[in-house]
Amino acid sequence: MTVYIKELKQATKSWCIWTAAISFMLLICIFLFPQMKSEMSSVSDVFSNMGSFTVAFGMDKLSFGELMGFYGIECGNVLGIGGGFFAALAGTNILAIEEKEHTAEFLLTHPVSRTLVLTEKLLSVMTQILAMNIVIVGVSLLSAVMIGESFELREFFLLHIAYLILQMEIACICFGISAFIKRGGIGIGLGLALVLYFMNIICNISAQADFLKYVTPYAYSEAGNIISESKLDLRLIGVGVVLAAAGVFIGYFKYNHKDIAC
Amino acid sequence: MVLIETQDLTKSYGKSRGIRNLNLRVNEGEFFGFIGPNGAGKSTTIRTLLGLILPTSGQARIFGEDIVRGKKEILSNVGYMPSEAIFYNSMKVRDVISFSAKMRNAACATEAKRLCERLQLDVEKRIEELSLGNRKKVAIVCALQHMPMLCILDEPTSGLDPLMQKEFFDILKERHSAGATIFLSSHVLSEIQKNCSRAGIIKEGELIALDRVENLSKTSARRVVLHGVTSVPEYLQAKSAEVSEDGVSFLYSGDIRELLRATAQLPIYDISITEPDLDEVFMHYYEKEEENV
Repeated sequence: MTVYIKELKQATKSWCIWTAAISFMLLICIFLFPQMKSEMSSVSDVFSNMGSFTVAFGMDKLSFGELMGFYGIECGNVLGIGGGFFAALAGTNILAIEEKEHTAEFLLTHPVSRTLVLTEKLLSVMTQILAMNIVIVGVSLLSAVMIGESFELREFFLLHIAYLILQMEIACICFGISAFIKRGGIGIGLGLALVLYFMNIICNISAQADFLKYVTPYAYSEAGNIISESKLDLRLIGVGVVLAAAGVFIGYFKYNHKDIAC
Repeated sequence: MVLIETQDLTKSYGKSRGIRNLNLRVNEGEFFGFIGPNGAGKSTTIRTLLGLILPTSGQARIFGEDIVRGKKEILSNVGYMPSEAIFYNSMKVRDVISFSAKMRNAACATEAKRLCERLQLDVEKRIEELSLGNRKKVAIVCALQHMPMLCILDEPTSGLDPLMQKEFFDILKERHSAGATIFLSSHVLSEIQKNCSRAGIIKEGELIALDRVENLSKTSARRVVLHGVTSVPEYLQAKSAEVSEDGVSFLYSGDIRELLRATAQLPIYDISITEPDLDEVFMHYYEKEEENV
């Protein structure tokens, strides 16, 4: 577990910053809710009558006047973008940084197989994501209590589980990409997360782009569907799991056959 | 016992960098020197032996184990000091050293402490605060703390001050007399000449000489110094000629009688013919190869 612990230690600072930033934004959003609720009649109408913009963000299925609906849309975006970006960064960096910083030579001339190094590194990314989500869930629950509201817990947890899977999937795909790059790659990771995010928006607007829902994990994390149907779309999640597994497999395969740059 | 053995080991990159058909043998208990200028393929050879890069063709064995299949076994008995001593910047020296020990499952804190004291290395500093010389010291500790059977050192002395270089070689000699095999890659020839028993010379990815250091120096080439003339006699195959105020000095590898015949007619008042030092031999090997090309 030496590499695993090393990775967690090295990631602490960035993890704290991202977790604090996302938690803070969620907290702000939730604290805005009471005011939103009091102006609900007008706001809700506005938000549900913005045509394709409404559809794009799933606001046609949710009510801004209820905490869960409001949380799904506002906080869903914060969590989707923030969490997705963190997962992309952590995943892309995890392997590539050793070559970028020239530490790969030191690390890999110890008597451990590359497979073990990869496994411990992947586990550390997953641990970071899981820990971040636990903190975020805690902050959200606490914030709701502070404003005197409560979530519909089933929907709340389904939403968070979907986002957790989304982040894991993005991290796994970026892990695969990470095995190929030697220098940096932050742009690739963030770009990928962003493209997946917009794919979902396009997919929501256009019926012709419906197939995109099988590509982007943001489709199965769509708050509108999860909250209105009170369940997860396991078919889409299944596709996501396959994509994540492919990313991990490709990462292992590539890295085990890779010439390490000095 | 043969410790390192390569058979036609080849690693080709896109262009010229790489190694070609390298056949190398290093025996147990040897202090082996690996000489070549920067870019000749020294690091590529070492990095292939250590499994960082995969050979294109050919094979190599260390401790009788194949370098690809037996990598883990090999690495647990090797101490490697990379030419670029780069570690995790945010870590303290102490943490890097203990990380390396843990990665080897080795309990060697006492030896690490002893090495740090000898090298005057401050373990409380962060890697990012260290100079190249101090990072080299960290590399030495990480390479030697677990008492490896084989030490592979890639350009170890660059960045170390002369006192530390001496201390470093003292440590190496102790390890060597305790039975360890040392594989020292360097472009500093005096280092090889002073410490190594056998050496290989690599040029543009090919091994061009492999012999005992004294035999390598004992080439047919001689350093000839003529006093009284200021140019190399005609007809003579002379290399690296240097003209001084009252004489000329050059490397000569042809027939010695021809040299004497050519000089007999000249107004010289002194002549010296000596074995060249390794530096010159090295240049000689390099020039000889160029002629062939």
